[in-house]
Amino acid sequence: MENQNTYNYKVVRQFAVMTVIWGIVGMLVGVIIAAQLVWPQLNFDMPWLSYGRLRPLHTNAVIFAFGGSALFATSYYAVQRTCQVRLFSDRLAAFTFWGWTVIILLAAITLPLGLTSGKEYAELEWPIDILIAVVWVSYAVVFFGTIVKRQVKHIYVANWFFGAFIITVAVLHIVNSAALPVGLFKSYSVYAGTIDAMVQWWYGHNAVGFFLTAGFLGIMYYFIPKQVGAPIYSYRLSVVHFWALISTYMWAGPHHLQFTALPDWAQSLGMIFSLILIAPSWGGMINGIMTLSGAWHKLRSDPILKFLIVSLSFYGMSTFEGPMMSIKTVNALSHYTDWTIGHVHSGALGWVGLVSIGAIYFLIPKVFGKSEMYSTRLIETHFWVATIGIVLYIVAMWIAGVMQGLMWRAVNDDGTLTYSFVEALNAMYPYYIVRLLGGLLYLSGMFIMAYNVWKTIAGSKPAADAIPQTA
Amino acid sequence: MDIHDIRALFTVIMFVMFIGIVFWAWSNKRSRAFDEAANLPLNEPEQPRVEKNKEALQ
Repeated sequence: MENQNTYNYKVVRQFAVMTVIWGIVGMLVGVIIAAQLVWPQLNFDMPWLSYGRLRPLHTNAVIFAFGGSALFATSYYAVQRTCQVRLFSDRLAAFTFWGWTVIILLAAITLPLGLTSGKEYAELEWPIDILIAVVWVSYAVVFFGTIVKRQVKHIYVANWFFGAFIITVAVLHIVNSAALPVGLFKSYSVYAGTIDAMVQWWYGHNAVGFFLTAGFLGIMYYFIPKQVGAPIYSYRLSVVHFWALISTYMWAGPHHLQFTALPDWAQSLGMIFSLILIAPSWGGMINGIMTLSGAWHKLRSDPILKFLIVSLSFYGMSTFEGPMMSIKTVNALSHYTDWTIGHVHSGALGWVGLVSIGAIYFLIPKVFGKSEMYSTRLIETHFWVATIGIVLYIVAMWIAGVMQGLMWRAVNDDGTLTYSFVEALNAMYPYYIVRLLGGLLYLSGMFIMAYNVWKTIAGSKPAADAIPQTA
Repeated sequence: MDIHDIRALFTVIMFVMFIGIVFWAWSNKRSRAFDEAANLPLNEPEQPRVEKNKEALQ
């Protein structure tokens, strides 16, 4: 039985299981809209199923429902284990779970209805935004409350990354969502014109930098050493990694607005900071991968480790690709093309997805009182299905994106455009089909995971680990 | 001193602080404390209690 002398695993179990379920839901919507791009009639002429409404549903579901649940589960687990105390408040922790669930359900209702504030990755209307702010502040209270009452002196590096992620997302969300309501379902941003665009992409890119990076680096710093059974390669590097990453990311947002009405100096600033970001990103990646130093053979037999380490390879790839794409001359070709979609998914499916899946495979048996997952072979299968899916997806989008960029900019001798927009679109068909196939593979991997998780927890008794009474 | 000087100064202070962090992180004094910190996730009772009880019964 859980009591005040054990860790709070209940909320970890809830979020861990919901990670798998929301993963399936969000990726299924992704597959549907990928299919709509090949066969537009798949919206069945119903406004609720149109691409423009389902696309934000997909992004919100995979980022905030799937990724968010993974972050809640792993951060609540890691902060208790590394502080050796129970979570600060059971009630507030339970509130974050149910509050987050209500937010996701509200998103799933309002977005298909077409209720949106129109800001990318911040589409939800103001009443939901307020609820998000309340739940997020509660999350911060639970997390930092746990840190305050810790039994060990040092705050482990994973908690620094989780902490930065929680604080920054609160600031980003509250600033970017500031709006004037004109009705229950309609509001207008308090910012105007270019300033609004800059605030939006300050939010947008730091959602990538802190939600999709710092939080998941927290996962890396706890779960990779645990799975390898060895401490992180260099703790010193992790300290420098932390400060370098959080102080650089804040400035990279303007690269989303190259060649727009944003002042030129701000565009260049965004590009330069994006290039500087290679250093902390790769420093962190090397720190994670080199933790395996002297134990590389484990990679052969341990599929959970495969998930965790290969996620870092994709992290390295996409954090190299991103800075390259922020260079103005490259951006002139890549912007508004499917190359961007490919880049995002190499980060999302490769880095965020794989590291979350690996951590959840580690977590599920621990919090359900089992020694290991039901089937290690199914984890191995999942790994290969997912990896092949990612490769198909990103290669298809690279080719499609570069081709689009080249076709759009091609001009005849007399200065007229060589290709009409529809001609470029028509050339995308084969690549959109390959992308759909990649997405389908990734989604089927999630079904394999769901089966494996189901078999692991069926008939299990919830684990209740005692807190060590020392220190 | 106008606002631009303060902004420039802020950038310089941030940079100096970062260099300070690097030197602090690599100083020999921190070496032992960091080793201990790095082992934090590993030096904890690992087995779930449920499993332990089972073993005790066998």
